[in-house]
Amino acid sequence: MTDTQFDLIVVGGGPGGYTAAIRASQLGMKTALVEKENLGGICLNWGCIPTKALLRTAEVYHLMHRAKEFGLKADNIAFDIEAVIKRSRGVAAQLNAGVKHLMKKNKVTVFDGHAKLAGKGKLNVTKDGKPVADLTAKNIILATGARARELPGLEADGNLVWNYRHAMVPKTFPKTLLVIGSGAIGIEFASFYQTLGCKVTVVEVLDRIVPVEDAEISTLAHKQFEKQGMVIKTKAVVKSLKRNANDVTATVEQNGKAEEFTFERVISAVGIVGNVENIGLEGTQIKVEKTHVIAGPYCETGEPGIYAIGDLTGPPWLAHKAGHEAVICVEKIAGMHPHPLNVLGIPGCTYCHPQIASVGLTEQAAKDKGYQVKVGRYPFIANGKAIALGETQGLVKTVFDAKTGELLGAHMVGAEVTELIQGYAIAKTLETTEQELMHTIFPHPTLSEMMHESVLDAYGQAINM
Amino acid sequence: MPIEILMPALSPTMTEGKLAKWLKKSGDAIKSGDVIAEIETDKATMEMEAVDEGTLGQILVPEGTEKVSVNQPIAVLLLEGESAGAAKPAAAAPAPAAKAEPASAGVPKAAAPQPASAPAPKAAAAPAPKASGQRVFASPLAKRIAANAGIDLASVHGSGPHGRIVKADVDQAVSGGGARKSAPASKAATPVADFGQPYKEVPNSGMRKVIAARLLEAKTTIPHFYLTIDCVIDEIVKVRKELAETGVKVSVNDFVVKACALALRKVPQANATWTDEAIRLYENVDISVAVATPEGLITPIVRHADKKGLAAISAEVKDLAARAKAKKLKLEEFQGGGFSISNLGMYGIKEFSAIVNPPQVCILAVGAGSERAIVKNGAIAIANVMTCTLSCDHRVVDGAVGAEFLQAFQALIENPIRMLL
Repeated sequence: MTDTQFDLIVVGGGPGGYTAAIRASQLGMKTALVEKENLGGICLNWGCIPTKALLRTAEVYHLMHRAKEFGLKADNIAFDIEAVIKRSRGVAAQLNAGVKHLMKKNKVTVFDGHAKLAGKGKLNVTKDGKPVADLTAKNIILATGARARELPGLEADGNLVWNYRHAMVPKTFPKTLLVIGSGAIGIEFASFYQTLGCKVTVVEVLDRIVPVEDAEISTLAHKQFEKQGMVIKTKAVVKSLKRNANDVTATVEQNGKAEEFTFERVISAVGIVGNVENIGLEGTQIKVEKTHVIAGPYCETGEPGIYAIGDLTGPPWLAHKAGHEAVICVEKIAGMHPHPLNVLGIPGCTYCHPQIASVGLTEQAAKDKGYQVKVGRYPFIANGKAIALGETQGLVKTVFDAKTGELLGAHMVGAEVTELIQGYAIAKTLETTEQELMHTIFPHPTLSEMMHESVLDAYGQAINM
Repeated sequence: MPIEILMPALSPTMTEGKLAKWLKKSGDAIKSGDVIAEIETDKATMEMEAVDEGTLGQILVPEGTEKVSVNQPIAVLLLEGESAGAAKPAAAAPAPAAKAEPASAGVPKAAAPQPASAPAPKAAAAPAPKASGQRVFASPLAKRIAANAGIDLASVHGSGPHGRIVKADVDQAVSGGGARKSAPASKAATPVADFGQPYKEVPNSGMRKVIAARLLEAKTTIPHFYLTIDCVIDEIVKVRKELAETGVKVSVNDFVVKACALALRKVPQANATWTDEAIRLYENVDISVAVATPEGLITPIVRHADKKGLAAISAEVKDLAARAKAKKLKLEEFQGGGFSISNLGMYGIKEFSAIVNPPQVCILAVGAGSERAIVKNGAIAIANVMTCTLSCDHRVVDGAVGAEFLQAFQALIENPIRMLL
């Protein structure tokens, strides 16, 4: 007979939920986790990880086409989409098994099923409508995540119109593709399909692609994508999709003019909605706004004893934000004194080609907040390692508060920047000023030297430029 | 490197103490926050906590030793993987006293004049004792912001990992929040009896809290005494009238500022600060003038008042007072000063005594000038008289010195023509 009383129950086994369960177990809580589908959640099974596997394929493929540049010979370069997908699924499966092992190792009881709040400290778990267990806990963390937003007329059907999940396991490789939305999800798929030879069109309703990034970064990425042959329509709206037998006719309105285009497939990537339904929020004091649960600085909801973390709550909707909230939330429950989440310290990474990474305020956002800024820029073309790699397109931009030397933000586009951004994230967490960054010795020859030079440039001291 | 554990300064004024008892012995594992020893000062016995982690190595000062100087190494802390042998050289060379100056709250070594105004954010309270030396752990950004705002980090409570001071803590201290370290005496909130009377609670502003802390410190730690003198200000009344006829408006208080400034030139001991090692006599005559604002008291400074004319002083006081009320004073305009004046004459107060504004040592309380009966040459006469009371810090200013100052002040205020000299 499985125990049904716990100190903490976590609902949802994604990067927020399973992290919360492990931390709670480390702190001596008797912990359970309820997951209805896959441990590891979207991130590990249908998001971050499998897409990185796909994008790695695209990167290698791209480099093979550039073989001659590096003095290599490669003929008959081609890909097998089934094998590409198989690798991606294999990577996800390996990590999913890893999370199962972690649950076991940390003595977290895992319930396979759907959990629903059923009164104070109570949860009912069902599987396919049949009861699995009635659980009780002193504290409950909701980490049910989010799913793709469906806009009327643009609903995914899995055949002609895809959401991210369908786009990850295509049955055939389309020759033409429309991507609606140029956020991280949209632009990563656009980049993957474009690199493998598909003719991709991106439609973005705002005035620039990857609109959460610094405007300068958006512009540079935009140019790179266009160079690769991608068609980008900004300030444009997909008015309707006509689903034909084997393709889709899209009506795109731009500058007040509507035009029809035909694509083999369409990816709808117009944002996400929180999974707030059918988990028993009704009748509680938990507040939901725009499909997301309102949570306090320590992830507490309006209902005592119930917490919410990750994509279920407010932005940014990133796995590492969920995982960090998980630790804050559990430590708070355990009576420790964690610092609340600092949203400006959360790095964001987009793994398109070229990569984009950033942390903190954009230049415009800093100015809007009234900061007097010092801005540093350093281009990839001036960096020795970048030239050796054959990756000369890109920029490292830093934004400082002129008064205090606080690093307000850092914005990068180019090769491997997703691996570089953590340096600035550490700098922000440790509250360095420009002085400590200037005094840090960056190894030569590396791409990271650009991070140093960008800081120096903000103060008019760049050496190699 | 093994870490030297230094004799802590448990109060701003402590220079030496008795190592009463070791609570850990050589070889014991030490965690940050462990109480490792008891230190006795002339006032109290206090526990000494470890700041760093490691193993207690050699004990350099045995328990029971009296008169151990602050910052003298008393033991060695070995970090992971270090042996006792490694500690020897460090142990052999006692740290010179100057190596780590105790962060005594009001009196850092720097020559810069100390903040004197009530809401100055500098430390009014003693920093919590730190076991090994007085290093303040703060993020670079926190240090930069504190330096910009003129805040002493020793007075800021750190909320980061291991008590590290981060930006948010300094920001809170700047805005007068609760991040400042409070004096040990005021740590526990005083319970206030509630006898059921109806009341409305007005939350304490940051300024109110600073005023409360500083004045409590002043009144409880400074040995005050008071000297009162009557000044006949008939001449000033006359001169003011004459000046007014020429269109120049000067207040009695402006004369008081000028007279104080010149008197301080004659009696510089009243323009000073007490430190344990020395009395600091200020070279400039900077006078703080108390201004009441809706938020509370603030003391903007008339700098070089001895070198300024009455009209200049008058204009400056007016400007400072107006900006004080509008909360537009810059930090340097109310931090510093060597002597204070508080004037309640406009309320008809005849005389009162003020609390010394640390780190200054004197404050002059000025009452209302009014017509009074005086005895002059054996006959009763009518004169304009103003009563002034000087509050003195007896550590610096003895009775005779205070009296000399008041005498010099009176001579000037009764004969304003001498202020021209």
